[in-house]
Amino acid sequence: MSDTQTYITAHCCISSGEIFKNGMLLLNDKTGSDTTGFLLSAYKYFNVDYPKFYKMDNLCKLGFLSVELLLEGRRIAEEYSPETVGIVLSNANSSLDADLNYFQTVKNIPSPAQFVYTLPNIVIGEISIRHHCKGENAFFVNDRFDAGFMQFYVQDLFGRKRINACISGWVECLGEEYKAAVYLVENRPGKEALPFNIDHIHQIYEIANGEING
Amino acid sequence: MADLKQQIIAQLNLKDLKPEDIGDDQPLFVEGLGLDSIDALELIVLLQQEYKIKLANAEEGQDVFRSVRTMAQYIREHQPKTV
Amino acid sequence: MSTPVFIAGAGVISAIGKNIAENLSALENEIPGMGEMVHLHSVHHHKLPVAEVKMSNAELAALACMPAHISRTALLSAIAAKEALGYAAIENFSELRTGFISANTVGGMDKTEDFFVEFLNDAHRGSLRNIIHHECGAATELVADQLGIKNYISTISTACSSSANAIFFGARLIRQNMLDVVIAGGTDALTKFTLNGFNTLMIVDQQYCQPFDENRRGLNLGEGAGYIVLVSEKVAASLKNAPVCTLSGYCNANDAYHQTASSPDGTGSYLAMKGALQQSGLQSAQIDYINLHGTGTQNNDIAEGTAIKMLFEGHYPPMSSTKSFTGHTLGASGGIEAVFSTLAIQHGLIYPNLRLETPMKAFPFIPETHFKKGVSIRNILSNSFGFGGNCSSLIFSKA
Repeated sequence: MSDTQTYITAHCCISSGEIFKNGMLLLNDKTGSDTTGFLLSAYKYFNVDYPKFYKMDNLCKLGFLSVELLLEGRRIAEEYSPETVGIVLSNANSSLDADLNYFQTVKNIPSPAQFVYTLPNIVIGEISIRHHCKGENAFFVNDRFDAGFMQFYVQDLFGRKRINACISGWVECLGEEYKAAVYLVENRPGKEALPFNIDHIHQIYEIANGEING
Repeated sequence: MADLKQQIIAQLNLKDLKPEDIGDDQPLFVEGLGLDSIDALELIVLLQQEYKIKLANAEEGQDVFRSVRTMAQYIREHQPKTV
Repeated sequence: MSTPVFIAGAGVISAIGKNIAENLSALENEIPGMGEMVHLHSVHHHKLPVAEVKMSNAELAALACMPAHISRTALLSAIAAKEALGYAAIENFSELRTGFISANTVGGMDKTEDFFVEFLNDAHRGSLRNIIHHECGAATELVADQLGIKNYISTISTACSSSANAIFFGARLIRQNMLDVVIAGGTDALTKFTLNGFNTLMIVDQQYCQPFDENRRGLNLGEGAGYIVLVSEKVAASLKNAPVCTLSGYCNANDAYHQTASSPDGTGSYLAMKGALQQSGLQSAQIDYINLHGTGTQNNDIAEGTAIKMLFEGHYPPMSSTKSFTGHTLGASGGIEAVFSTLAIQHGLIYPNLRLETPMKAFPFIPETHFKKGVSIRNILSNSFGFGGNCSSLIFSKA
């Protein structure tokens, strides 16, 4: 069952003003702008046209942008059927960033638009809406990135034939600290595909720490 | 109404839009500006914050928020008179 | 489904009782748990009814055998999880590979709110002890220690479908032969944060909620915890009390429509129910009861009902929303309703959908309005749909 061959066919990392796609540096923002400013300039830089972006909290913006670049040139829900494209993400601070912003508005008039972002899996919802993914999705809150667990969980979904493709990884944002390391897993190898295993997940995650592995 | 349009843009984070892009009678929801249920709630907040008008429920908003014109009219009719 | 996963025990605490016996009695006597808030301090005190667990933190702590300063979320969790483990009565528990998968959405928010009152007035004030358990995983760890869970702990936070997801994740760990026993479900305490938040979304009913009623006005928030003990076939065979039901199907799908609202045609709900049926190998006509997500909001009930209409056309099983008793307990709801489902199979029960006055005009079916006993129930579908488009359905079957 778990013999299903799976591959990482693309990956994207965003942290400290840098954006990497498949290990290649796409954007290096040295202006020292804050999280909100950086995410906005990245949105503009890549000419993304999705006005809803402005409404999102920073965690969603980060997840949205990283998956936007991850899936560039792909129409994943058409290539597979939408209900077989899954999303499994994790982070350490859940939606704390949005929780705090919402708390700020409570002093005056609580903002419904901010409250809707006070759950971590809203980022999965935003990605699903954008890319029409209707497959299984889960959001795990762990102290630190657990590549072994994430590999097991996603591989299990493939093994049970629940999904043919999966957007997975780490999307974390709290104040001025942010890091996304997302990868696309498919049961069909593409060009330059990496076997989907813990070592490769680690390598991708390390790119988001500013370390580039060959 | 231009002021109101500016406020709507700011409240709803419609950053790519300018006030002149919104027609006075253009439907705000679905087929028009494409606003959704959360935007409707934010418009209720806007009325409360800027005009001290309190809407009792979201259903009432359906008529009020049909277009910028209906919204402006509602504000004129309901704004507490300043002494 | 290839390897069955058995349910060896269940435990619940909610606004209608602190254990299974009390919950069953309230369900049978049709006594809802909503009322004016007593333990939560909120400006909405007289305006919004809530379904509170009728115990103070000190009383909960005494029952849980835990200190009273930890979050209410953790206290509720410990009480229900211990009851579940007690019923399972697994003799060689300490020799088995065990896991605790607990869902919640608010974490230690209740304590953080206590902290903030002082802290906002003076940045040097406020007891830091109140915020160390803020994050969602803290409650899980505190309770896992109490239960003596050794091998695996995880916290899932996917809004209102959280504990349904925790349950099928637990089942997967058993089917993968990674664990022998998993206590799975969820917990959530009432907090100002959630009450204010849902209130700003204008979906909180100022009266007692009326799920699946044409004139429904919204939901009542509730609190509580519910867990089931999942065991492998091997463990099941070793138990003195043979398990009465299995988790025979589960599926999660995304609605991909809106951050918080369900799509009008209930795409996500439909995919989740259909997927769970497929996995269990059952036809829709074989479902004997549906425990609805049924929050009482305009949006959920029309979406869920539309999906049910598509899937069950021609054969509508009895169905009801037990949120008319417990309120919407968010991260705990899937767990509490899983417990109610296993009890329904065990005792042949169908629960009433309270306060139904005018059935929804859009649907040809009417939820059950009276408590029924001695019904033959083989398969139950339980729905949990959440913000973020996260939709999950579980199927419980007679063992």
